[in-house]
Amino acid sequence: MLKVLKYSFYDLGRSRWSYIYFCFYLALGFVLLFLNNDLSKAIITLMNVIIVLVPLIGTIFGVMYYYNSVEFTELLLAQPIKRRNIFLGQYLGISISLSLSLLLGIGIPFMIYGLLKSAAIFDFFLLLLTGAFLTFIFVALAFNISLRNENKIKGFGYAVLLWLFLAVIYDGIFLMSLMVFEDYPLDKFSLIGTLLNPIDLSRTLILLKLDISALMGYTGAVFKNFFGTSSGMIISIVSLFLWIIFPVFAFVLKARTKDF
Amino acid sequence: MAFLFVFQNAEAKTIDVCKECNSTTIQKGIDKSSAGDTIRIASGIYYEHNILIDKPITVVGIDMPTVDGEEQGGIFSISADGVSLIGLKVINVGVSFTSDFAAVYLSRCSDFTLKNLVLEDLFFGFLIEKSSNGLVEGNKIIGEAKDEYNSGNGIHLWYSNNIKIYNNHIEGVRDGIYLEFADTIDVKRNVSKNNLRYGLHFMFSNNDEYSENIFQNNGAGVAVMFSKHIRMYKNEFRDNWGTASFGLLLKEINDLEVIDNTFSNNTIAISVEGANRVNYRSNTFSSNGWAIKVRGACYSNRFQANEFLNNSFDLSYNSRINDNLFEGNYWSQYSGYDLDRDGVGDVPYRPVKLFSYIVNRTPEAIVLLRSLFIDIIDFSEKVSPVFTPDELKDEKPLMKPL
Repeated sequence: MLKVLKYSFYDLGRSRWSYIYFCFYLALGFVLLFLNNDLSKAIITLMNVIIVLVPLIGTIFGVMYYYNSVEFTELLLAQPIKRRNIFLGQYLGISISLSLSLLLGIGIPFMIYGLLKSAAIFDFFLLLLTGAFLTFIFVALAFNISLRNENKIKGFGYAVLLWLFLAVIYDGIFLMSLMVFEDYPLDKFSLIGTLLNPIDLSRTLILLKLDISALMGYTGAVFKNFFGTSSGMIISIVSLFLWIIFPVFAFVLKARTKDF
Repeated sequence: MAFLFVFQNAEAKTIDVCKECNSTTIQKGIDKSSAGDTIRIASGIYYEHNILIDKPITVVGIDMPTVDGEEQGGIFSISADGVSLIGLKVINVGVSFTSDFAAVYLSRCSDFTLKNLVLEDLFFGFLIEKSSNGLVEGNKIIGEAKDEYNSGNGIHLWYSNNIKIYNNHIEGVRDGIYLEFADTIDVKRNVSKNNLRYGLHFMFSNNDEYSENIFQNNGAGVAVMFSKHIRMYKNEFRDNWGTASFGLLLKEINDLEVIDNTFSNNTIAISVEGANRVNYRSNTFSSNGWAIKVRGACYSNRFQANEFLNNSFDLSYNSRINDNLFEGNYWSQYSGYDLDRDGVGDVPYRPVKLFSYIVNRTPEAIVLLRSLFIDIIDFSEKVSPVFTPDELKDEKPLMKPL
């Protein structure tokens, strides 16, 4: 598995797209900090970008990489290597290289602008951590889609749809149900609704750490009690892990039985 | 000058209070004095409470003597006109659930002066009842209030008129300054911070003015309730941040002027309910959760030449009827253009976002703050307003901050 991981990692290291992705974050970080020297404000803006873009790029990149390397994968399958190792290796290779682009691309400008001396350092690491989690989650989801669809167009369609659902439509449904059931106590419901969507979960985690919680009134207090305590933090990290483990498990299972 | 002073008070004498003097306690000194006398208190610690001042005298501390009430009850009690209390440190006022013990208690006095006093470990600081024409200046009140039910106010005025409250520093009490049935009060250049409830609290008080004060990190900055003709100039409301906090609360108010104030980092900068004919001019609102939250029954208010910078919500409005004027403000979220280059945007700005309307209806929806979906619906509502009041808009938004 490590060998496959190494090869796909090197392969991506030579790929133009990794560098474009890296340069995009580098530019974004520098521009943000140039326009606004306040680190914690820049973190909020950056959060808006990361929450939307990281999942999108994760899914599209995952699907694209899989379809592009189908021939190589089939070649590997002819060798005496376990299927699980091939796909896990490829998955980890792409997730790690995307996460690295994100960490370095954003980390470098913030380091230069004095992150280490700033009080926002913990918030910043939380932001990078959730960014990495989102990458791992959405690449895993992308592998699920592409393994199940030989047709590239269909695969891309589903990938975009998945992103659209979790980033936009889910919130729409969430909001509608909040408004329809506004006569009932909704704090538990909104807590669960947030835990079930990795994008919402990451957004809430960061916003609460940035002390927007005071805006939330009573609901904010409920959320803060949950996410602010260590048990809430553990539960949300565990639920992000579950969001990685289940899709990974699903595509490994699919790969075992798939007829190439 | 000194000669003139002595000449004018030919009858007046000076009584010294110190450990070795004839009068070893402040109360003894007061008992010996007659109207117009000056009592000088040498530095040291005096363990006294319930000191009664019932004639027009001046009590002056030399080098800040300390009067320690040992938590037995109130410390100074003044019931005569023309009393001055200057330069003392008053500590350890008793706490009671049945009577309002104060460091300095005034009842039915006029022409009093309370100056350069330091109050620490107090229940009430200055408790002023049915008094008039006084000056409260340069005092420092530092409490350690923890709960609202067993703490008192820093400066408490009740049925009192024409009092000047200047340059005081108030910290860690329940309400920094509390005015009830207090008319024509002038509150200027005070700092009121870290108080449990309000920095400044008005109830049923009319024709008051407060200016150049700083209200920072209080449970809530300033509450003005059931009052008329109040003027607020050049105050700063900062960091009143918490689930139920606000910079300025207006409730059942008529004819108010809010001019040149700065509101920054408050959960709600101004919360308005039942306020009519209020002029908001040249105020700056920056980085607040809500800049202005209008809860209803507000008519003929005018918002002109204000700056709204980076607030999560500029305006929240819970009704469809609008009788208030918004004109010539600067909104940092305004994205219109100015073709004729006269500094005024050509497209009106709508300060109420759809999301703020939704949050008003369903407060739990705030968990979706900064989600992509919310940005999309806000944008579509901006293009064609359906839910937010149609006529609520700034026809002349400024292109540049003032």
